[in-house]
Amino acid sequence: MNSIRALIIDDSSVMRKIVERSLRQAGIELTQVFEAGNGAEALAILQESQVDLILCDINMPVMDGLEFIKQLPGVANAKEVPVVMITTEGSESHVVQALSCGARGYIRKPFTPEQVREQIKPFLEGKP
Amino acid sequence: MRSVSELLSTDSNREEWISSMELATREVFEMMLGCKLTRSEIAADGSFDITAMVGLAGQMCGVLIVRCNARSATLMVSKMLGLEPGEASPDVLDAIGEICNMVAGNFKNKIAGMGDGCLLSVPTVITGKDYSLHSLPGSASLEVTLLFESMPIAITLQLAAKHSEN
Repeated sequence: MNSIRALIIDDSSVMRKIVERSLRQAGIELTQVFEAGNGAEALAILQESQVDLILCDINMPVMDGLEFIKQLPGVANAKEVPVVMITTEGSESHVVQALSCGARGYIRKPFTPEQVREQIKPFLEGKP
Repeated sequence: MRSVSELLSTDSNREEWISSMELATREVFEMMLGCKLTRSEIAADGSFDITAMVGLAGQMCGVLIVRCNARSATLMVSKMLGLEPGEASPDVLDAIGEICNMVAGNFKNKIAGMGDGCLLSVPTVITGKDYSLHSLPGSASLEVTLLFESMPIAITLQLAAKHSEN
C-alpha cells in the first residue's frame, strides 16, 4: 500500500471529491488530502503544509493550472513535488504546454481510477 | 471560412458529428459514473428542468448543452461520488456542469483539428423550464437523446453561423 499526502486543485468541488475517490479506488492510501479551488489558494496551502503529490486542473478562475506550475518553484516546501494535470483540455498542444511548464503527468477527463494510478505510479515508488 | 450549413450539408457529416457527441457522452458516463447509456428513439420533449451549457470558441463556435430532469441529475451526482441520492443534493448543479464540461471537451477532441483550435468556457447551469434559447440566424443544431437509468438526457450542439476551416 502506498500512502501519500495529496493536494487536489480544481474549481469544482465535485471534481475534487471525484479525484480523491479515484485515488482511493486506485489503492492509494491518502494520509492527508488538501483541497484548493484555484492556483492561488493552492500556493497559500503549500506555504503552510507539505504534500507528496499535486493533482491540478488547468482551466480555473483567479490562477489557472499552468500559472500555478510556473510559480511552484518559488515555494520552498513544494519545488520538488510532482504535479499531474487533470483536465478536459486533452489536445497534444495542451499536453506539451503543461509538460514544458513543469507538469510530470497528464490525465484527461473523463478518466478511470486505473488511468489515475497509471499516471501517478512513478511518483509512488519509495513511498511506504 | 465556410458556413455551418456547408459544413454539415451532408447527412453523413451530420451523422458523424452526432455519433461523436453520443460517444463523448457515453464515455463520460461509463468512466465517471459507471453507467452505460442507451440511445433513445424518442426526441427530447422539453420537460427538462436542469440545463448545463459550455461555450465553444475558436475554430468551432457555439455551445454544447446537456439537459436532464432533477431526478436524473440527483442520481448522476450520487453515482459520480458513490453516495446515496439524498446525500448528494448540494453538489447537483456543480456535478451537471462538470458532466457538460467533460462531454464538451471529449467531443471536441474527437473532431479533427478542434482539440487545439477550440477553447471551452466554464460551465453555466440553468434551473427551471421557463426560458427560451435564441440562436443567431444561420446557426445549426445537432441533438441526440440518450437514456440514463431509463430517464432521458438530451445533448445539443448549437453551432454559430461561421466556422473556420482548419
